[in-house]
Amino acid sequence: MFGQKIAVERVSFYVKKGEIFGFLGPNGAGKTTTIRMLTALLVPDNGEIIIDGIDISKHPVQAKLRLGVIPETSNIYADLTARQNIILSGRFYGLTRKRLKARTDELLDKFGLYDRRDDTAKTFSKGMKQKLSIASAIIHEPPILFLDEPTSGLDVQSQRFIRAIVKDMNAKGTTVFLTTHNIEEANLLCERICIINNGRIAAIDSPEKLKRTFQKTQSIEIAFESMVTDNLFADQNFTEKIEKLGDKWKLYTAEPDKLIKHLITLAKANDLTITSLQICGASLEEAFLEITKDKSYAVREIQ
Amino acid sequence: MQSEKSNNLFIRSVAAVTEKNILIYYTKAPVIIFGLLFPLFIFLAFYLGRDVDLRSFFPGLLAMSLFFTASSVGPLITPWEKQAGTYERLLSFPVSINTVILGDIAAGMLFGLSINMVVLIAGLVFFNYAAHFVTLVLAMLIASFCFSSLGVLLASPSGRSPSHIMMFSSLIRFPLIFISGILIPLEKLHGTGRFLAYLSPITYLVNIFNSGFNGKSYLPLPVSWIMLAIFTTAFIFLSNILHKKNLLKGL
Repeated sequence: MFGQKIAVERVSFYVKKGEIFGFLGPNGAGKTTTIRMLTALLVPDNGEIIIDGIDISKHPVQAKLRLGVIPETSNIYADLTARQNIILSGRFYGLTRKRLKARTDELLDKFGLYDRRDDTAKTFSKGMKQKLSIASAIIHEPPILFLDEPTSGLDVQSQRFIRAIVKDMNAKGTTVFLTTHNIEEANLLCERICIINNGRIAAIDSPEKLKRTFQKTQSIEIAFESMVTDNLFADQNFTEKIEKLGDKWKLYTAEPDKLIKHLITLAKANDLTITSLQICGASLEEAFLEITKDKSYAVREIQ
Repeated sequence: MQSEKSNNLFIRSVAAVTEKNILIYYTKAPVIIFGLLFPLFIFLAFYLGRDVDLRSFFPGLLAMSLFFTASSVGPLITPWEKQAGTYERLLSFPVSINTVILGDIAAGMLFGLSINMVVLIAGLVFFNYAAHFVTLVLAMLIASFCFSSLGVLLASPSGRSPSHIMMFSSLIRFPLIFISGILIPLEKLHGTGRFLAYLSPITYLVNIFNSGFNGKSYLPLPVSWIMLAIFTTAFIFLSNILHKKNLLKGL
């Protein structure tokens, strides 16, 4: 609770060992509050949080030894060099001098920062800073990694690099708790996803099962060689919604087969050349929007 | 065994926070120059154009310099870190708020001590005191810890704006000098003036310094040592409560 406001309520879930678990929600849904409770920055008014068998409210320091945390608003120390930042992190976890040096060199090399190891972090790009932030957080090879918006605002190369690092760590046994606004990222990385809305859990399941729950949101994407207006699609009743996406049209339907046949007939009748046509299944983004639009959404565990 | 491990972890983490503070906040050229020039400016401000016996005034000058240097950066570390987004990262390490508080205090204490040891030695050489060196160094150790604790306490209401804390800090620190027995010796203060002087920790340091340098003190020495210890304990206790209360402010 913050004053009289309940930030999160009855949030209950588990994360399996070795899993990549996604935590999604719109702005203000309670993601950051939840992650702050999970990393011992906030103490919940009620309930318990067990991290690797340790009650984090009772033994925060012992629990945090098992965690690597990259908070959303976190930053590395801009006045320290890349090497100093990583070494500073290692000191908190009690790595021996020899081990610390070896791990620091290994991480600088792995994250492509070795050539800039003695440059202060303030001279780094946003992508390099984020790489350094992650390198600092995993110096002690934590069994559990918390990532809060790890690829937010980064270029495509940096995003891919960070995803590859997360996958690599997970393949070696690290459990990953990922908070993200990037639904495609969650779709690509996570084995299960938890969606929080208005401080309550709205759904927990695998991305594919969540998508299938919202099959009604299937759509057809079609593009023609010449420009057309939405009047072209007016004379039919298969579509629930029509959207223009650049040079394409997206038609949401519950009857994709009938709609495709109708579109082909339309193209023939109007002498239009179809340049692309595809059926899009329900996307995770659409499932997310569907779940989070309803404020009274009940807890949904499909399995 | 478990308790020994926890103690090691605690000490290691306090040392890491101290090292971080020294590297980032205290070893900057402007901070060191301020630290070194400040005692000189105080000296000039009180000496130039005035008929002052510097030999008898030096203990007060040293106390004032120690107070300012040990408590100057502490109030700013937390708001700087909140502003830069590094505070949440710091708290995500296996530390408690006490670890951060003690690391901040230790850094301020080391800064105050290192700068003012130079001033102390310069004073001893220049004024040729028959001083009790051990008492002076012990007093500097305890007082720098006390003043640095005050600096960290002043950081406790901070959000993301260092300028707000700077004003708040000046509002507390300058009056503590004016009410102390530096500008007017305790024996010349009466009534409210003397009562107020007892509320400033600097008063007790000046008393110990007077004894260490000149062999004269107005208050009994054990009272001064105890009062410095009480102020230190109170500052740390309040820091713990207020830093915890305002932990998320500005994050």
